[in-house]
Amino acid sequence: LVFTEEDKYGLYSNLLFKYFLAEGVVCGHDLFVASAKEHPDNILKELPAPLLDDTYQKELGDEAAAVKSEDFQDSMKIAWRYQNLPKMEASPTTYTKFGHYYDISKKISPELCQSIKWHSFYLHEELSFEPKMKTCNMNSGYARLLQSIQRIISQEGFDGSDPQKKQRNVLRIGIQSLGSVLWGDDVCCSDTPGDPHSLTKFLYVLRGLLRKSLSACIVTVPAHLIQNKAIMERVTNLSDMVVGLESFIGSERETNPLYKDYHGLVHVHQIPRLNSLICDVSDTKDLAFRLKRKLFTIERLHLPPDLSDTVSRASKQELAGSAKLLSSGCGAMAIGKKHLDF
Amino acid sequence: QGKFTLLRDTRTDGSFLVHHFLSFYLRAGCKVCFVALLQSFSHYNIVAQKLGVSLAAAKDRGQLIFLEGLKSCLDLVFGEEEQPRQPSPLQFLSGSTSDLRALFDFVRVSLTPTDGDSWKGPVLLVDDLSVLLSLGAAPVAVLDFIHYCRVSVCCQLKGNIVVLVHSNEDSEDEENELVVNSLCHHSDLILWAEGLATGFCKDVHGQIKIIKRLSLRQAAEQDLVQIYQYKIQDRNVTFFARGLSAAVL
Repeated sequence: LVFTEEDKYGLYSNLLFKYFLAEGVVCGHDLFVASAKEHPDNILKELPAPLLDDTYQKELGDEAAAVKSEDFQDSMKIAWRYQNLPKMEASPTTYTKFGHYYDISKKISPELCQSIKWHSFYLHEELSFEPKMKTCNMNSGYARLLQSIQRIISQEGFDGSDPQKKQRNVLRIGIQSLGSVLWGDDVCCSDTPGDPHSLTKFLYVLRGLLRKSLSACIVTVPAHLIQNKAIMERVTNLSDMVVGLESFIGSERETNPLYKDYHGLVHVHQIPRLNSLICDVSDTKDLAFRLKRKLFTIERLHLPPDLSDTVSRASKQELAGSAKLLSSGCGAMAIGKKHLDF
Repeated sequence: QGKFTLLRDTRTDGSFLVHHFLSFYLRAGCKVCFVALLQSFSHYNIVAQKLGVSLAAAKDRGQLIFLEGLKSCLDLVFGEEEQPRQPSPLQFLSGSTSDLRALFDFVRVSLTPTDGDSWKGPVLLVDDLSVLLSLGAAPVAVLDFIHYCRVSVCCQLKGNIVVLVHSNEDSEDEENELVVNSLCHHSDLILWAEGLATGFCKDVHGQIKIIKRLSLRQAAEQDLVQIYQYKIQDRNVTFFARGLSAAVL
């Protein structure tokens, strides 16, 4: 269960969401798209087009790496976001072929979309159906969504219930802007929401559904709107992977010279620890993203050398503040609180 | 015998302790009731196999009673109306009751020795208690559940209980902090896994504080606190004194 905290205007998390779904299309997986904001048909039409091998070589040139995603072929599925090491002089051919690359300036071809089976859930169209399950005091929008997902999983045999089916496929589930007002939940509006447990109950049942079927799920949530931090802590506990996107639009970091090459930061709050005592530990936890005309890339954050003659107090503090940010690590391993003075 | 051990993690994942205790007690020949709320059976099974214990075999011979919370929840939510068997242990989810009595009954029935049982003392293992709060149980209900379990498992059956909880330093989750603090006061042994205060490190995954609460049983005694650092590997965890990780020596 990949949990994504949206950036303030939802621009970049939307891209991540679309990449996840596009990868599903290209891999031939089934898709399930749920949203209360825009109609899933529209979401599907807007997926980026995959880059084919020959055009890819020309596109990348000597630029840094692109985003990749991958998933495993066993009964527990999680989507990973791997990050490539951005060696400036390395040629693109040295990267391992995991996943695919996408050109976000082009839309996906309708034929490719038709080639896979996909299901949609648009909340405002589903309001008439009464859920047949025990809602457990959960928000009715969430309950209907769970009902729909469960129905698809058992009907299409993703939970292995149909022994006849020889071809086992993966179901990729994308849920957009969960927890927002459009789903009928007021967890984003007030500090003491009417039903603080709806979202966490939903995630728990979803986790159960994912565990017992061949599916992977990405959920985006406008976390910056959720004022009750206790809920965010519980949600982090219930998810396998938690990634937060912080864009620089409108914040003071936009003009900060340290970040001039990037459009935002990627905070990896938690990485999955499944089927093993250890989890994947990468060298660095400082990631930033940038949006180029055709590519959305996530790379290691490296500070440019401090070449100014007069380093004023203010910028030194900024540097120290950013360095503190850099030293904070991933929740699954450790998070540093003490600030090391330079 | 009759000990309550609290596993606590802050800023890191303490589940490796759960895996350890699970395989430890199974190897010792105890009857274990494992309330696994966060992960599936096969996750624990795969890790346990790396540690040299087969959970499936233990389940078959009746040594391990495994409550897979995720599966029970799905059965409760999507199951049919008629319930011929006894109520689900997670009955509180459906909102009909607000206490965790069904869960306690499940634990009590699982660990009460039946004729022909030759296992050494019973053990209750819970991973993790904080999830119950996320599912809508009130903190008082959770504490009541633990209290009933202590009376039943520790006092009456002379068994042990091991419970995992999460906590954060500046946590805003007051309900969770309430439960954790209360449990700390009543534990015989606290194993507290923390992320390093100075940040992420590849060779030292965290530090563990072992607190033997001698003051609980005897009035004049002081608690004994030991601190080690650890690194988690694929099949085991290595512990070492602070500052003496293999990378440094």
